[in-house]
Amino acid sequence: MSEASQGTGRGPSHRYVEVGVAIATALFAIIVMIGSLQVGITWGVEGPRAGFFPFYVGLFILISSGFNLYAGFTEYSPSKLFAEWGQLRSVMSVVIPTTVYVLAMPYVGIYLSSFVLIALFMKWLGRYPWGLTLSIAICVPLLTYFMFEKWFLVPLPKGPIEDMLGL
Amino acid sequence: MLLKSLKSIALGTVTLLCAAHLSVAHAQWEPTRTVEIIVPAGPGGGADQMARVVQGIVTKHNLMKQSMVVINKAGGAGGEGFLEVKGARANPHKLIITLSNLFTTPLATGIPFSWKDLTPVAMLALDEFVLWVNAETPYQSVKDYIAAVKAAPPGQFKMGGTGSKQEDQIITVAIEKAAGVKFTYIPFRGGGEVAVQLVGNHVNSTVNNPIEAVAQWRADKVRPLCVFDGKTLEYKDKVAGEKSWADIPTCKSQGLDMEYLMLRGFFMPAGVTKPQTDYYVELFKKVRETPEWRDLMKNGAFNQSFMVGAEYAKWVENEEKRHQALMKEAGFLAGN
Amino acid sequence: MEELANLMHGFGVALQPFNIGVMVLGIVLGVLIGVLPGLGGANGIAILLPLTFSMPPTSAIIMLSCIYWGALFGGAITSILFNIPGEPWSVATTFDGHPMAQQGKAGEALTAAFTSSFVGALFAVIMITLVAPLVAKFALQFGPAEKFAVFFLAFCSFIGMGKEPPFKTLVSMMIGFALAAVGLDSVTGQLRLTFGFTEMLTGFDFLIAVIGLFGIGEILLTMEEGLAFKGKAAGINPRVVWETWKTLPRFWMTSLRSCIIGCWMGISPAGATPASFMSYGIAKRASKNGANFGKGEIEGVVAPETAAHAAGTSALLPMLSLGVPGSPTAAVLLGGLLIWGLQPGPLLFVEQKEFVWGLIASMYLGNLVGLIIVLTMVPFFAAILRIPFSIIAPIILVVCAIGAYTVHNSTFDVVLMLVFGVIGYILKKCNYPLAPMVLAIVLGDKAEEAFRQSLLGSQGSLGIFVSNGLVGSIMFLGLVALLWPVIADGWTKLRTRTAA
Repeated sequence: MSEASQGTGRGPSHRYVEVGVAIATALFAIIVMIGSLQVGITWGVEGPRAGFFPFYVGLFILISSGFNLYAGFTEYSPSKLFAEWGQLRSVMSVVIPTTVYVLAMPYVGIYLSSFVLIALFMKWLGRYPWGLTLSIAICVPLLTYFMFEKWFLVPLPKGPIEDMLGL
Repeated sequence: MLLKSLKSIALGTVTLLCAAHLSVAHAQWEPTRTVEIIVPAGPGGGADQMARVVQGIVTKHNLMKQSMVVINKAGGAGGEGFLEVKGARANPHKLIITLSNLFTTPLATGIPFSWKDLTPVAMLALDEFVLWVNAETPYQSVKDYIAAVKAAPPGQFKMGGTGSKQEDQIITVAIEKAAGVKFTYIPFRGGGEVAVQLVGNHVNSTVNNPIEAVAQWRADKVRPLCVFDGKTLEYKDKVAGEKSWADIPTCKSQGLDMEYLMLRGFFMPAGVTKPQTDYYVELFKKVRETPEWRDLMKNGAFNQSFMVGAEYAKWVENEEKRHQALMKEAGFLAGN
Repeated sequence: MEELANLMHGFGVALQPFNIGVMVLGIVLGVLIGVLPGLGGANGIAILLPLTFSMPPTSAIIMLSCIYWGALFGGAITSILFNIPGEPWSVATTFDGHPMAQQGKAGEALTAAFTSSFVGALFAVIMITLVAPLVAKFALQFGPAEKFAVFFLAFCSFIGMGKEPPFKTLVSMMIGFALAAVGLDSVTGQLRLTFGFTEMLTGFDFLIAVIGLFGIGEILLTMEEGLAFKGKAAGINPRVVWETWKTLPRFWMTSLRSCIIGCWMGISPAGATPASFMSYGIAKRASKNGANFGKGEIEGVVAPETAAHAAGTSALLPMLSLGVPGSPTAAVLLGGLLIWGLQPGPLLFVEQKEFVWGLIASMYLGNLVGLIIVLTMVPFFAAILRIPFSIIAPIILVVCAIGAYTVHNSTFDVVLMLVFGVIGYILKKCNYPLAPMVLAIVLGDKAEEAFRQSLLGSQGSLGIFVSNGLVGSIMFLGLVALLWPVIADGWTKLRTRTAA
């Protein structure tokens, strides 16, 4: 993610990503069509049944995915890059912490996990001094707490620490 | 207007103080954090309105130290809300307000829950159902209307209702059975919308709850034909012109042998203790004493039955059996 | 003239100092609610409803409707600054609003959005004042077939506009339809496409998809391009409001058209979302700068905002006069009316004159007060973009997570939001348009429901969609909109030929 790692000029080919997306949409279409078949796809006396529309929607996606697959092979030269590895690393440096964040949320609550996420981001990506980092990382969850739980009475996920404090 | 409401508030406070005084000895347990009322239906519907009225009354009269919030969980015909409460075992800060989808949703969709996964707290009221037609149509009685439906080709007359395979459609099927006719049932999202579709002549009749159609009745846009209860309603105040709720005949007396009332009651998750349910029973007793509650009951012509504990559980059990039978007859049970 | 006297009396009620205080409080709370995704207008009003029980009904409804205005104004802020629409009807605002912010023109975009909102709402209120009874009758004409026709028109006026490959547009829109279908089928009461997972019962909420696809996707794209929001260089110019205002009168035609579309959609009641998409689509077709739409054209902000607010405002009319809410927010307001012992319906205008005209007067004043408040805050909002990315990005992530969670109070939705974010990033890189997917998620199930309700009513005959003048002409308009590129093309050819 640092400046130096960018500009190496290497990365996954755009063609393969295009092809991968087309295959993924086709798979999605097949799942939709199977689900529709389970609830009936015929046109009954009282109009279409529950699966009628989703089934044809699935079929449309499947056919269009075929065209997109073909276009992926023909219209994109293998040398065109989707993104450079360095750029993708930058993207992953957001995706991975956020994944951990959302997966941990049901167990540790939103406040603690938000604190860690903000602190990590500011310290690791922004290289801010500890003082500023901690004050923002503490203030945002605190403000959230008062705004949602106290003023608007919207309960947010809480973990063991909040339970201990009796909140 | 203002003076009147002030007066009724003052009156309410007095009754409340008395009620509060009497109940002090019983209250052993109290909520220690915000209490959530789950509504297994969308905002604006009958259950939602009732939950919000309860919330408003509790807040306005300071009936509880902790605050109360209403959360709509309407997904999967209310299944979302029921599953949430089922999963919150022994949590004394969660209540759910029920309508008939407590019985119909698991039967019609196969979503895995039953009222036995919950702890019955109290029935606050029962909601009535009335057969309505557009006021411009010539049908003055059930007999006129059923005769017209019979004369037309089957399915030509359209019955509008809320949701699919739920209370409105169950009643429709029961009418069809009782009178030997065939309607085309069209499901809509909410009771208010159904009433407007009737006014706009997009459907021929509805089985709206009183509160959903009363405004249209008062404006002489719709006409009530009969009420699906064992006895006529008790509200004698004039509502529309010279008519009161009490003037609507029962469907049974008009040759439609069908009774249906819808539960408006509260449940808690399984595994809560007796003092905890007792606390909420006392709370609801206080709520029922307030003028706002009485206004709501009168506006919506509710059947003010109040039940708690074993009696309530027994009622729910019977009602479940009855829904099972009704839905089986109508062919509404989930395939698996 | 009696109406006018009533209205003046209403102004008297609304202008009491207490009510003005309530108004300002309502607007500020509303803007806050609109800015936080997940706390939409409906939610916000539901939450704050109990606060108002101790007030007289007129003050209470003034406060609630001001929250509503505030939320409508506030929805545009996050759409423009961060590409995160907090409400379905703000989606179309992101198309040109966010590119403007990226070009350092956030102040202009916000000013245009707020001003257009005001114009749209004002138009709707004037209509309510003058022709309320007529309008209520018009609303009654809309059965399921007419509603389907409206959705059809919304789709038709919006699709076929992008420069993306047609098959990619098709895939994107169809995926939206498929996602909208998940959950309970409201016509048969059957569960579909849930595959036995209870998490899928609720289907895919628009907000979760849009926070992910647009909001998170945008952060990922920004990360890829190096850690900075493009709008960082935007200067804080306190005169930005005035300078933008000078350019706005040019778009009077777009405004007027959007006002009419908005009022129509609000009354029918199809709602603000189809109104904003329809208005954007038609503006793009009609405008000389149509080709630049989507790249930061100010007209592309004016059109959807005007229509959305005209619709949001006029949606209150069917609620008051028919008791049928034109939007979820109106549904909650309706509940509020019942609690104060006011019975919405045809007689409300006769029996509760003071209340109704007080409300209408407060619509005028609340809107004006709201506009002044939000316009004075424009430079501050624009300045948010100057906060360094590595501070604002995690805060946006947290706010997005809260927004996704509050939709159904479910942590599963937060995971889903991230999945949508990654998908949004990849699809955008692969040149798949995301807007058709969002449009389909928002309107797909409603359109299908209306279609099937119509067919139930007609016992399976498709003839119902041309069965009367109203539905027939809306369907015809839809077809014209769909084939517009072909028609316009043919017309130009014809003209050049006759000229030659």
